[in-house]
Amino acid sequence: MFSYYFDLALRSLKRNPVLTGLMIAAIAFGISACMTTLTVFRAMSADPIPTKSHQLFAPQIQNSAPTETNPGDDGFASQLTYQDAMALMQAHAAMRQSALYLTDLALRPTDSAQKSTYEFTRAAFSEFFGMFDVPFQYGSAWSAQEDADHAAVVVLSSDINNRVFRGQDSVGKSINLNKETYRVVGVLKPWKPIPHFYDLHVLPFGESDALFIPFSHAIEKHLIMDGSMACPTTPPKPDWEGKLQSECTWVQFWVELPTKADADHYRAFLNNYASEQRGTGRFTWPAHTQLRDVPQWLAYNAIIPNEVNILIMVSLGFLLVCLMNAMGLMLAKIMGRAGDIGVRRALGASRRAILSQFLIETAVVGVAGGLLGLLLTAVGLLTARSLLPTDFVLLTHLDAIDTAATVVFAIAGTMLAGLYPTWRAMRVQPAWQLKAAQ
Amino acid sequence: MRIHPILAAMTRNKFGAILIVAQMAVTLAFITNSFALIEQRVAWSARPTGLDEANVFVIRVSTEPHEDLEARRTGELAALRNLSGVLDAYITNDYPLQGRGWSGSVSLSPDQKTPSAQTAHYLGDEHALNTLGVTLIAGRNFTPEEVTTVRDDALPTARILIVSKALANTLFPKGDALGKTVYKGGAVPAQIVGIVDRLQGPNFAATGRFSTFAENSIITPHRPINQYPDFMVRVQPGHLAEVMRRAEQTLLKLDGEMILSSVSMEQARAKAYLGNRGLVTMLLSISTALLLVTGFGVVGLTSYWVTLRRQQIGIRRALGATRLNILQHFQRENLMIAATGALVGAILAVAMNLWMVQRFEMVRMADSQVLGGALLLLILGQIAVFLPARRAASIPPALATRGG
Repeated sequence: MFSYYFDLALRSLKRNPVLTGLMIAAIAFGISACMTTLTVFRAMSADPIPTKSHQLFAPQIQNSAPTETNPGDDGFASQLTYQDAMALMQAHAAMRQSALYLTDLALRPTDSAQKSTYEFTRAAFSEFFGMFDVPFQYGSAWSAQEDADHAAVVVLSSDINNRVFRGQDSVGKSINLNKETYRVVGVLKPWKPIPHFYDLHVLPFGESDALFIPFSHAIEKHLIMDGSMACPTTPPKPDWEGKLQSECTWVQFWVELPTKADADHYRAFLNNYASEQRGTGRFTWPAHTQLRDVPQWLAYNAIIPNEVNILIMVSLGFLLVCLMNAMGLMLAKIMGRAGDIGVRRALGASRRAILSQFLIETAVVGVAGGLLGLLLTAVGLLTARSLLPTDFVLLTHLDAIDTAATVVFAIAGTMLAGLYPTWRAMRVQPAWQLKAAQ
Repeated sequence: MRIHPILAAMTRNKFGAILIVAQMAVTLAFITNSFALIEQRVAWSARPTGLDEANVFVIRVSTEPHEDLEARRTGELAALRNLSGVLDAYITNDYPLQGRGWSGSVSLSPDQKTPSAQTAHYLGDEHALNTLGVTLIAGRNFTPEEVTTVRDDALPTARILIVSKALANTLFPKGDALGKTVYKGGAVPAQIVGIVDRLQGPNFAATGRFSTFAENSIITPHRPINQYPDFMVRVQPGHLAEVMRRAEQTLLKLDGEMILSSVSMEQARAKAYLGNRGLVTMLLSISTALLLVTGFGVVGLTSYWVTLRRQQIGIRRALGATRLNILQHFQRENLMIAATGALVGAILAVAMNLWMVQRFEMVRMADSQVLGGALLLLILGQIAVFLPARRAASIPPALATRGG
């Protein structure tokens, strides 16, 4: 039966190539516009660390007077002060924790033909690597002792290791950064969490960190911060020490809290810490702290640009119009064949049979629309990638899920649009049609 | 021609008519909103910075932490200024179209709770105005004696400043800003000594906090001295590319360890508005596709109606209706449907716009944009319906007697 209806569907579609083409094109365009924008959105809103996103938290402490706060703000800076970050590090109240900041180190190649470059360098504590499940190719993280010793050690990204050491195991070798010799302790496998959740201040979808060095070492060497800094009050002194003692916020801080109980404890600890600061007279306002996990942190920082949301809205509207269009065309096509249907009904076809026949015809249109839509989506993504800045569209690509989703959406949408026309076909009165076509 | 036969015919095809109305309504809602956004973004990207953009470039330099930073920077600046083809140069903290930079608030009194305005904060010496190519419309430039150096991490305070006209008008709507005293984040009074016609802040995002004061800027008489100077350079017209190359070589000759990259203001502009241009292109293509799809939908459904009504059309022709009458029947029918769609669409467009303004910092739509969109849709309907309508008009009267 199925193959017969399938054959009928093909014949019917071939009989009216213009209408068929219009239908398929409408569905394909609608689906591809939607899938293009949704793929971009999905890439941007993906969970950057799915296995642990509910166990990693960014604490916030209100360190500016409520009178300094703009109306509508929650009183929090999005980063911590150096003094708070160090206090939390010393308290060691979480399973793992690390203060972070971004700096740049000059990488001067021994081979003079290559250009000197500045590389994004993440100043971190040794627990950073375990906390974020950072994958190592060679070696490992530096030790807690090296943190304490302000050691000149470095972990290289795979890119840097490929460039400087041609991908060889470089653990134990030396590398010259900012005219200083660092010892390589580890080399990462390619690692690029998207979005760059642990520091959203520098291009959340852009380049990743190239080098990792101990935080204590970076502070000792006065390596300047490459990122954003907010100062609620003027620093006590206009120099490095003044910056460390100031209320300026510029340090990112992450903790790992495996269970809900851990998180609750840490919340209490944070509040306690803020209360102590009030006790010492540093804060003149009640303790106000916050602890957000990765998804909450990403939502809080609203990193998806409005442009992407608007494009999604527009493409959903476009899909809606395309489906309405396909529905109208299908109605036209099916009702144009009311005579045929009447004959089939008169010859004994049941309503059910008519229903299946046209559902199959609709499905064929849906599949064709979906396949064409897939092709157009691929083209659309390529275009989007060339049109939009790289930190905006990043690695948008069609994966298996997107591919399947495109085709399934196309078929589902077409079937939905085909319901009414099919119902109308089913209701065709055989006698009336036969009389009309006498 | 009366409306009645059209309405009578339409009620027999309610669903098809409703489909077209709905399609046109949604199309109108989306294209008007898209056009509003496109218009705003195109205008936003076209805003002049106030600089002599064609002849200005910046060299972003990273150097080692030397003891004699000031002597080095002074020497490098002198070398750049002496380069043939260079009109002027200075060291800045930020530049327009950079994307991020210093900003702060300005108040009219030291103890004001809410600042009077937000503004970008540029540092520059007496060469800044000439290098940027901005036009001084009132007051004077800084004198060399007024310029002080600011080292890393120091907070520059100034007794005098030059402001952009936009900021001057925000602070002093009466237009008497020159010579007035303002407070730049603190208790230190600063006098406005000059007003420039236009000087854009370094942020270029069309939405967000910074877009609310994009044209507000101040220059304070400071020469930043640090490891990471940005040299602004203005060249004689027509020599940009060549001077850029020579300027880099000149700096490298002074310090071979420098890591530097140059960018012309035109390159900075292209990079800054790449995202905007992408958005506009995507919105334009989706809008065009939307109109096309709706147009073809009208063609398809009308063709179907024509087929359905062949016999009735034949009868009307036999009863004396001219070809033109038949053509007009379909044209008017479509006009009525499209007008209904446009009306529903206009309401939908405004509702959607209000929602998006709240939710996504969308621009508010102008009434003329809705009207224009509606008109476009009516025209589109008339064009789309023409082919099937002409086919209907060519149905011979004999069809009435022959039967389907």
